[in-house]
Amino acid sequence: MKLSILLVAALSIVSVSNAQKFFTKTGKISFDATAPKSPENIDGVNKNSICVIDTKTGDIQFSVLMKGFEFERALMMEHFNENYVESDKFNKTTFKGTITNNESINYSKDGVYPAKVKGKLDMHGQSKDLETEGKIIVKAGKVEVSANFIAQFDDFKIVIPQLVADKVAKFAKIVVDCTLDPLAK
Amino acid sequence: MLLVSTGVKAQDKDLLDLVDTDKPKKEVVKNAFKSIRVINGHSMEFLSPGTMDFRILHRFGQMNIPNTFGGFDQASMRIGLDFGVTRYLQFGFGRSTFKKEYDGYIKLAPVRQSTGHHAFPATIALVGGITLNSLPYADLTIHNYFSSRLAYYGQMIIGRKFSEGITLQVTPTIVHNNIVPLASQPNDIYAVGFGGRLKMSKRTAFTWDYFYVINGLQKDANNVPLNYNPLSIGVDIETGGHVFQLHVSNSAGMNERAFITETTGNWEKFDVRFGFNLSRIFQISHKK
Repeated sequence: MKLSILLVAALSIVSVSNAQKFFTKTGKISFDATAPKSPENIDGVNKNSICVIDTKTGDIQFSVLMKGFEFERALMMEHFNENYVESDKFNKTTFKGTITNNESINYSKDGVYPAKVKGKLDMHGQSKDLETEGKIIVKAGKVEVSANFIAQFDDFKIVIPQLVADKVAKFAKIVVDCTLDPLAK
Repeated sequence: MLLVSTGVKAQDKDLLDLVDTDKPKKEVVKNAFKSIRVINGHSMEFLSPGTMDFRILHRFGQMNIPNTFGGFDQASMRIGLDFGVTRYLQFGFGRSTFKKEYDGYIKLAPVRQSTGHHAFPATIALVGGITLNSLPYADLTIHNYFSSRLAYYGQMIIGRKFSEGITLQVTPTIVHNNIVPLASQPNDIYAVGFGGRLKMSKRTAFTWDYFYVINGLQKDANNVPLNYNPLSIGVDIETGGHVFQLHVSNSAGMNERAFITETTGNWEKFDVRFGFNLSRIFQISHKK
C-alpha cells in the first residue's frame, strides 16, 4: 500500500517534468473546395484553430471557429458563413478522437512519427466518424500535427446548389497543420 | 487503479475546455440585408472593406399604360459604383438617365450592431449625399447659377437585424433643393423612411421600402396630389455572384432627391412600375 502511494507520487513528479499535454490556439486548418473546372479557387484558412493532445492517452481534439476562416475575397467569406456552414447557428467545428497507435510515438524524442487518428467530426450540426492518417513531428519540445482528409458536404448537410456546382466541389480537402506547445498545469 | 483511470478519462473528454477559455470577441452583425440598398433607400448594411459594388438599376414604365407590355417599352436607369473602405465607411456615386443626374454619397457608421464583448443592439449610420442635375438650363434668359443644379440629402439609418430572418430599419431624412420651381415649395423636405426584409430562404428575401414625406409633396391648383410617398415591394435573389433585387414601385427615381421628392405614381390607381437592381461585388484590394 505504502509502496503504491510512493509510486503514484513518483509518477506524478515525472509527469510534471515531462509535459503530458500539448496545445495551440494558433493552429492552421485550411480547406479547398474548388470544383475541377472552376475559374476561381474556393479555399479558406483558419489560423486560430485550437488543438490539444494528451500524449499519455493519445486523445486529440480540435476546435475551429467557422467565422475565423479567411478568404481571398470578402464576398466568399460572407457566402461561406451565411449560405453554407451557417456560422450563426453552428459557430464551431470540433474533432474529438484518439491516436490509435499512440504507444509507438515517443513524445520526448525528436522524430517524425506516422499517426493514425480515429474520432468524430462535428460540423454544421452533424456528427460523422472520421479515420485518417497523419504525422506527429516531435521537435525541440514541441509537437507538430499534420494531416489531411476529405469531408463530403453531404455528410454534414451542407448543400451546394446546382447554380454554383461548377465552382464549388461536393467535398472539401482539409489540411491540418498545427504546432503545439507544452501545456503548463 | 480503476478509479484513477476513469478519473483520467473524464478529464480527457474536456481537453478543449482546458485551453478554450477565451471570452467571445466583439463581432459585427452582418448580412442584415443582402445589399447596400433595401430597394431604393440605403440599407444598414455596409460593403466589406476592399470591395466595389457595381450596380445597374432599371425602372420601367407604368404597368397601367396600355399597349406598353406592362411598361417595358420605357426604361429609366442608373449606373453606379460603391466602395467599401472600412467596416464603418462606404462611399459611392452614380448617374441616372432621369434629369441626367449625377449623385454621390458618403455613409459612415458610428456604431454597428454587434455581439460578444461590448455588444450593441442596433446599427446607427449617417449618410450625406449630393445630386447634380446636368440638363441644359431651363431658362437661358436669366443668369443661371451652377449651385441651382445641386441638391443635398442627409440621412440617419437606425436598423436592427432582429433574427436571421427579420431586419427592420428607420431612416429620418432631409432633402435640400437649392432651387425649387415655385416660391410656395419648400427647399427643405423632411421624410422618414421605413425598410425591412423577411428572409424566405438562404438566398431569397422579401423586402419593402417606404418613405413618408412630411412636407413638400406637390399638389395642383385643384388640390390633387402630384407627388406621392414612394413605396416599393420586392424580392432579393442572390445567385452567388450577383444579387438581383426585383420589385414594383410607384417611384421611378433612383437617388434620394428623385424618389423622395418626385414620386409621381399613385399606388391606389396602380401607377406602379417594375424595376430591378443588379449588384455585382468585386474584390479590388487584397489583404495579405
